[in-house]
Amino acid sequence: MSLANSSDDKVTLLEVKGLSKFFPIKKGVLRRIQGQVRAVDDVSFRIYEGETLGLVGESGCGKTTTSRCIMRALDPTDGEILFRSANGEIVDIAAMRESEIRPLRREIQMIFQDPYASLNPRMNVMDIIGESLQVIGGMSAREERSARVAELLALVGLRPEYMQRFPHAFSGGQRQRIAIARALALHPRLVVADEPVSALDVSVQAQVLNLMLKLQRELNLTYLFVAHDLSVVKHICDRVIVMYVGKIVEIAPTETLFSAPKHPYTAALMAAVPVADPRQRTAMTPLEGDVPSPANPPSGCYFHPRCRHAVEVCVKKQPALEECADGHLVRCHRAAELSLPGIGGENEAATAGS
Amino acid sequence: MSAETESKTENIEVRQAGQREDADAISVAPNWKLVWWRFRKHRLALVAGVLLFFIILIAGFPGFFSTQDPSQSDTTGSFMPPQGIHIWDDGPAFFAYAANGARNPRTLRMEWQLDESQKVPLRLFGRGYEWKVLGLFTTDIHLIGLVNPDEDKPIHLLGTDRLGRDQWSRLMYGTQVSLSVGLLAVFISTVLGIFLGGISGYFGGLADMVIQRVVELLQSIPPIPIWLALSAALPRTWSVTTSYLAITGILALLTWTTLAREVRGRFLALREEDFVVAAKLAGCRQLRIVFRHMVPTMNSHIIAAVTLAIPVMIINETFLSFLGLGLRPPAISWGVLLQEAQNLQSVALAPWLLLPGVAVIITVLVLNVLGDGLRDAADPYH
Amino acid sequence: MNTNAILSVRNLKTRFTMDEGTTKAVDGVSFDVAPGQVVGIVGESGCGKSVTIKSILRIVQKPGEVVGGEILFRPQRHGENGTDFVDLAKLDGRGKEMRTIRGNDIALIPQEPMAALSPVHTIGNQLVEAVQLHRKINKRQAEEIAIERMKEVGVPSPEERMSAYSWELSGGLRQRVMIAMALLCSPRLLIADEPTTAIDVTTQAQVLNLLRGLQKNHDMAIIFITHDLGVIAQVADDVVVMYLGRVMETGPVDDIFHNPLHPYTKALLGSIPSIHTTSREPLPTIEGSIPHPFNRPAGCPFFPRCAAYMPGKCDRQTPKLERIGEHQSVSCFLHHEVAEEI
Repeated sequence: MSLANSSDDKVTLLEVKGLSKFFPIKKGVLRRIQGQVRAVDDVSFRIYEGETLGLVGESGCGKTTTSRCIMRALDPTDGEILFRSANGEIVDIAAMRESEIRPLRREIQMIFQDPYASLNPRMNVMDIIGESLQVIGGMSAREERSARVAELLALVGLRPEYMQRFPHAFSGGQRQRIAIARALALHPRLVVADEPVSALDVSVQAQVLNLMLKLQRELNLTYLFVAHDLSVVKHICDRVIVMYVGKIVEIAPTETLFSAPKHPYTAALMAAVPVADPRQRTAMTPLEGDVPSPANPPSGCYFHPRCRHAVEVCVKKQPALEECADGHLVRCHRAAELSLPGIGGENEAATAGS
Repeated sequence: MSAETESKTENIEVRQAGQREDADAISVAPNWKLVWWRFRKHRLALVAGVLLFFIILIAGFPGFFSTQDPSQSDTTGSFMPPQGIHIWDDGPAFFAYAANGARNPRTLRMEWQLDESQKVPLRLFGRGYEWKVLGLFTTDIHLIGLVNPDEDKPIHLLGTDRLGRDQWSRLMYGTQVSLSVGLLAVFISTVLGIFLGGISGYFGGLADMVIQRVVELLQSIPPIPIWLALSAALPRTWSVTTSYLAITGILALLTWTTLAREVRGRFLALREEDFVVAAKLAGCRQLRIVFRHMVPTMNSHIIAAVTLAIPVMIINETFLSFLGLGLRPPAISWGVLLQEAQNLQSVALAPWLLLPGVAVIITVLVLNVLGDGLRDAADPYH
Repeated sequence: MNTNAILSVRNLKTRFTMDEGTTKAVDGVSFDVAPGQVVGIVGESGCGKSVTIKSILRIVQKPGEVVGGEILFRPQRHGENGTDFVDLAKLDGRGKEMRTIRGNDIALIPQEPMAALSPVHTIGNQLVEAVQLHRKINKRQAEEIAIERMKEVGVPSPEERMSAYSWELSGGLRQRVMIAMALLCSPRLLIADEPTTAIDVTTQAQVLNLLRGLQKNHDMAIIFITHDLGVIAQVADDVVVMYLGRVMETGPVDDIFHNPLHPYTKALLGSIPSIHTTSREPLPTIEGSIPHPFNRPAGCPFFPRCAAYMPGKCDRQTPKLERIGEHQSVSCFLHHEVAEEI
């Protein structure tokens, strides 16, 4: 196996090829399989070393399922997940048995959305952060572990004395810092962050985002950042993948995506974000209708029923994900002819009054 | 972080820390402490806990609390009414009135009268018959004893039964048997329930299917007839101990299903919890996930469920023994004692024979209140 | 007080008394709502915004209790410009008068439409019941009103939806049905409790536009609760910024966003990433975290995290909400010297 690198020699850390995850729909007394929810449907992308790749979309678009498949918290239905491990070997995570994945867990770690649910309330911080050190890190001596835990706590901006405390003693933001420290315990190379700030209070979100940026610089981390909040994604990501009903509709570098989106859904998504400035009120509704169910998607392009630009071909034929510029892929029949509004970059000054 | 921002952070921590001096104890409190702090607020349950402690003490050392050998009969002392203890006689005192009995020549029954002129002096930690402490060594010390054991006739605090056996002492020994049947049966059914429920909930699939069908089958059998059938099938020739264990087993075999269902449900819910997934992603093996992360989460719930299951077991044992299908004399249990009160005539003549029923009610209430309190305190992180 | 207001909350105090201690969930909140105005209440968790609206509706559950202040409301049956306010704080929360006001004069759009709709009754049943609860009309007329309202909130083919169940609808449609239900009796005041938190961003834009349109057409006042500053900027006329049960600052939306006075408002606005700001640079943050309600700081609730904290002042006295300039009020010693009397 080999991993293709990008044209400008970025090293591919992870490559997802044709990943699918279907959940069967069982109905009736006999629980016969009546159909499938195509939660993730033939998804392919790469993550380069040292970058932050955003994965955005609305609920049910498959972004969380994709991330869980990469972590093998879920078993994919189909596809390959190729990972370049620290010793240079390339492995297919999708095909591995649980026992084979365990050593790999040092290198891929995850940060969960809800820090109230992701920390075991019955364990203290030392045991929470130290668990992976103990079970796969080979640190059986408690002193050794506690030294590393103290180091990690300092790294995420918490006092090492907090080691003896239990999660209930911490606020949401502090808990998320503990969760980050746990993820970093074994020097991972890829961190999958599943909506890491969306459960936090506004005033705390910025702290955690800053911390993630700082850690990335210091530890040369690669992030897969799953989110629904476009402002956060724009702030933290280098490249962004937009998903809709289990499929990727657009992949592009962040600046390109926001200034010149190629897919009408991406453009609508950005227009729908409420701007924190009363002087910029949007008068029109960016999109009609609702996100279709992945169990019963529309014909042709999944977005056509809500798309202002849909033409006949959109109803009949599903468009392919095609490269329209270097590193910019889009799944739209009319990508070449449409000129969609993006969001002006820096010229529209910050809205905050401070 | 630059020195400036660091000192600023420090400042904020100091400023925020000033607000919570007492919070430190809570911060480092493990689960059991939090449960205890919450439980402590439930006054009624706390009282129940203290009462249960005394009941368990009685169950552990029935000999100490009794006044007579529970199986010693006295044909001339049948149906003696409760003598009662008096602690005031123009000043603090500790005595009982002697009871004089005479046989009614017409009915041939013993008729009793308390003789208020004749006081039997009592003392704490007096000497009496010899009993074995936990089967290890013998002693003759009792909580209540006669001052002059060689001169006075033995006293009967709760009267005597048909054969003149001391009701109070029998109640003490009955407590030991009834409570231990309840505890042992619940223990067996808990182990079965957690084990089978755990397999069912954690592994799912075929194991889950089979176990759930067995649970459904067992739950669909009406319990009373099956108990009756099983107990009736026990050979009469079995010793007291053997039939005691057999009854316990029968009780346990039919009651583990509820707990198994509960444990399964919890496992199913827990499997999806983020912190369990996080443990898997941290590289934990299955066994560690189950025993380090999932089972402790259920601990307090299981304790509460078990506490609530014990009274049911006690009632079941009492009920079976009362019908003569559970423990049989010479074993002593609350059900066996109540069997004495089956006869309408003896109830009319000797209503104190119903007193073991009061013991059942008190114990069951105590356990239920305690279980309620535990259940409320079981989840301190809301 | 704004004499024109239909709702004037004065120094409202709601407490929760528990074994662990007393929480001052709402601690002296004051604001006015003029007819046809959208007032946004913004704040983070524990700021008391939800308890404030529950207090106004008098649906605070035990052990919570409204312990002080006035909730002056002008119901419909009183003259449009009369001064006869009813003090909701003095009414019995379960009494007939309060029940008539709830639903008739003040309606609520809840955060979770799924939890607010019964799964075993059809949408039509629930709407008709809600109409008939407050108006003496027959079923057919009630149905007409229900269909009318559903059309108005943009539910496609409302006649068919009447026989649907809540779980058959998408999140956006459910929220529309809740809005239709709130509008059934043409209330004067609509309270929306984080109505878009549980739905997706494209649907959120639809719901926000719908609410703005309805407010214009019906000349209805709206109190809009949210933690999302973007949403507030898009819908509110006036903004109330809350922190730990107290109002930090209040004023017209443009002043709050372009001329914030309170350090908390400033910091909050500075800390949100925006799709318009520069990427990948550290955001300005508010240090520390929101204290637990039992550990409320003495003095100004924000002082431990405040960049402009004045030792010896902010931690001793609680600043009062005082008018600064024409429309804006702020509770901060940087702008005035008035402290709350103890």
